[in-house]
This record gives sequence, C-alpha cells and structure tokens, in this order.
Amino acid sequence: MSILTLTLIVFIGSCFAGLLGSLTGLGGGFVIIPMLTLALHINIHYAIGASLVSVIATSSGAAAAYVKEGITNMRIGMFLEIATTAGAFAGAMLALHIQTHIIAIIFGVILAFSAMMSFLKKAATNPAKGSFAAKKLRLNGSYPNGDEIIKYGVRNVGGGFLMMIFAGAISGLLGIGSGALKVIAMDTVMRIPFKVSTTTSNFMIGVTAAASAVIYLQRGYIDPGLSMPVVIGVLAGALIGSKILVHTRSSGWLRGVFTIVIALLAVQMIYNGITGKI
Amino acid sequence: MRERHKFKDRDMQLIIGWLLRLGVIISVSIVIFGGIVYLLRHGQITADYTTFRGVPDFIYPPGIIRGIFDFKARAIIQAGIILLIATPVLRVIFSAIGFLIEKDYLYIAISLLVLLIIICSMFSG
Repeated sequence: MSILTLTLIVFIGSCFAGLLGSLTGLGGGFVIIPMLTLALHINIHYAIGASLVSVIATSSGAAAAYVKEGITNMRIGMFLEIATTAGAFAGAMLALHIQTHIIAIIFGVILAFSAMMSFLKKAATNPAKGSFAAKKLRLNGSYPNGDEIIKYGVRNVGGGFLMMIFAGAISGLLGIGSGALKVIAMDTVMRIPFKVSTTTSNFMIGVTAAASAVIYLQRGYIDPGLSMPVVIGVLAGALIGSKILVHTRSSGWLRGVFTIVIALLAVQMIYNGITGKI
Repeated sequence: MRERHKFKDRDMQLIIGWLLRLGVIISVSIVIFGGIVYLLRHGQITADYTTFRGVPDFIYPPGIIRGIFDFKARAIIQAGIILLIATPVLRVIFSAIGFLIEKDYLYIAISLLVLLIIICSMFSG
C-alpha cells in the first residue's frame, strides 16, 4: 500500500473515530487504536502514539470552549492533574516494558468497561456539602445553569485523587484520554455535579496526555507520517460530532448503536491479544 | 464611579480558553501544511508500519530545526505535533501566572508541581 493510500484510509477512519468518540463521549482513541491495529495491522506502539496526539488536540479544542463558558472548575482540574500526570508518567514507563499483546488485552477490558459505563444513566444527585479537605484546597465551586448559579461541594478528596492516579496510568499505558475513568472519580467518588465533572475531565485530559506524550515522542512511538492523518481526521470528526450533538436533541438510539460497535471492538482487541496477534 | 477591574478567575478562564484554541489552530495548521508537502513528495512510496522501527530522525529540537531548514516534510509535521503537545503544558504555566496575580500561593505550588512531574517525565523518556 502506498503512503498516499494509507494516509487517505487512516484520515477517513479517523474522521469516523472522532465523530464516534464525540457522540458517545468516550473520545477518539478508543476507536483509533483498534482501527489501526486490527484493520490496518499497524504496530500498536505507533497506534498509541498517534492516538495520544489526537487526544491532546480534541481535548484542548473542547476545553477551550468549556473553559470560556465558566463550567470547568480549574482548581479541581489543577489539583487532580498532580495525580493524573504522575499516573501518566508511570503508565508510559510501564508501556515501554510490557508486551504488546498484554497492552491489547488491557485495552479491550478498559474499552468494554467504559462502553458499559456510558450506557448507565446518571441519576442527578443533589449537590453535596464540601468536606474539610475540599474547603482547605478551595475545591468547592459554582457553575452557571441557565440564569441561576448552582453551588456545589466536593467530597472524598483522597479517594478521588487515588482514582485519578489510576486513570492517568491507564491513559499513559494505552494512549487514550480515559475520560470515563476520570468522570467516575469526580462524579461517583467526589460527588461533583455531572456538568462540572465532564468538562473538568476534558480540561485535564490534555495535560495528562502531554505527560506521557513527552516519553512516547522520545522513544519514536509518535511517527509524524502516521500521526498527521490521525490528528487532522479525529479533530475534524470531533468538530462535526459536536455540531450534531447541538442540533439533535435525542441522540439516545445513536449512542446505543455506537456503544454496541465499541463493545464489539473491545471483544476483538481482547481476542487478538490473547491469541497473540497484536 | 468606575469600579477598578480586578484580575479574577473569570479573566483567567477567558485567557486560557484563547490559549488552548490558538495552540490547537496553529499546531494543526503546521501539521496540515507539512502533511501536504509529505504526500506530494513521498506519496508513492510503499508504507510500512507493521513493525516498530525504533527512534526516528526528528525528535529533538536541533534535528527538527535542521529538518525544517532543509524543508523536510516529516520535520515540519513533527514541529506541529510538538507544539500541540506543548499547548496543555503552556496552559499549566499560564495558570501558574494567573494564580500568582491572584496571590493564590497554594495553587501556584500545585501548578508548579504538575509542571515538575511533566519535566521529570520529559527527562526520563
């Protein structure tokens, strides 16, 4: 296959991945890595490197919009970035020494888990009262919701911090944003309102990915020729996806279909990992 | 009487929003430009990504800068990618400056700690 043909295929696939990632809220990396490895037989290290770069592009682009709206809690983001960057550092170092088929299996498991989590409906919880640590760290905040300002407190800072180390490590190991894990840490553990936790998670993904990207870059995992169509494609797809989300009110069935697609990809990755094909 | 404008979280959010947007636009533009040059020059060569080949040519700034002066497409793309990776790191630096203006010493320390972890990561790569 010539470079031109491969670049076009990867570009179109990445557009699709970006679209899917933005509609399901799982991020582009989850589709990119199976596509590159399973369909195009690209080495998983190159796939992870390219995915990581696309994750930085989409999360920075989306975070720019959210930050301006004033929903993102920058103090929560900044504080938890200590955990995610440290985790990402460890995850990337681990990736250098672990066998590729084990990475594929872990990828499949995390992918299946994230798809399942995105299916579960979130029950809206009442804003909690902030804990002592949250007060000391000035994590409690407020966000605009229509005309009113909703105040919220943050619970269980330590537990959330630990969960974030894990989320960062998975992001560094697999080259994904691991937004689903970040949202669990903030939503379920720290009781941060859903709107704030999703946007703040997005805000953190870029820095987390950058912490492991600096390692991948120096090891040659980020190939310019391959990363180019991936970054451009995923970003274009994510932009289209965000426009669709604004214009269609009931994207429920769409999400359902995509979640099934993603679950199938997860099974494929695990199977290929176990049989040693990756 | 006009109220004196004080630097607040809101201003920082707006500045950071712009920083992120500009970073993505500039770096992706560079990647697209390098990509076009790359395809025009090397489009017909057979692609092979099945095996990992190890460390390529353009990784450290001196090599990339030399590559850009030689108008090497892969070096131009790599420069765009590095700028993209630097965007969220720059955001951390800007946050630290913002917290400094707000005199929020706890969060200056937290921002610097995040930077320190990224720098550690950079040197152990």
